Amino acid sequence: MILTTLEGVPGKTIVEHYGIVQGSTIRAKHIGKDIMASFKNLIGGELKGYTELLQEARAEAIERMQQQATELDANAILNIRFATSSVAQGAAELFAYGTAVKVE
Amino acid sequence: MDIVFQISLFLFLLILGYAIGSYLEKQHYKSIQQREHETLHVPVITIGVKQAMPNAEQAQLFVGTVVISIDYFKRFSAALRNLVGGRITVYETLLDRGRREALLRMKTDAIEWGADKVMNVRIETATIGGRSGDNNSLGSIEVIAYGTGIK
Repeated sequence: MILTTLEGVPGKTIVEHYGIVQGSTIRAKHIGKDIMASFKNLIGGELKGYTELLQEARAEAIERMQQQATELDANAILNIRFATSSVAQGAAELFAYGTAVKVE
Repeated sequence: MDIVFQISLFLFLLILGYAIGSYLEKQHYKSIQQREHETLHVPVITIGVKQAMPNAEQAQLFVGTVVISIDYFKRFSAALRNLVGGRITVYETLLDRGRREALLRMKTDAIEWGADKVMNVRIETATIGGRSGDNNSLGSIEVIAYGTGIK
């Protein structure tokens, strides 16, 4: 599966177009990490626990998007975008979307 | 007695935040500048969609993420600044650090893979509430930077 933010795959041509595919995750903050983060909030700097959480969420969202594309028999996803939104207090959504195509 | 304790705790946190926070920020900026210099040979560009396809064999998605927080002293000074309005420089540096760090992480991954350049880069930012139950105060931001590496 080729993932790209461009509108095509370099060196290949698009033979079939399957429309939009997307994947999303909604994640909440872990209480233990929350406590660690509140200490870190005093002195500032990177919150490693949250960065990991974000990375996992992003991987999960991409995974789901890929799954959807695989079901459609696509072998590439073009023009991928990420978006975030907060749905409830302490929870945030991360979602990825793109266009599934078949390239040769 | 109680109020004395509260005031001294507040002052302690303020000084702690100021001392360690500014030290960490300085260190972070130093590291950012050094790594930006080291990775200068791979261009990161935001154009790419409405262009002819680049001449390349392979393309892959690269993502860099970071969650970064502000310190106690800066949060306090930003609250004061809110009263009179104007530029909140302490938040500006927070956002600047977050975005540059995320870009660098994306770039580092792309360089490891062997990219010539990273095209059509986008940056997405979201805020996380300062403390649980207090979502009005900006406490930390999460930044996602993503783009397509080609080679």
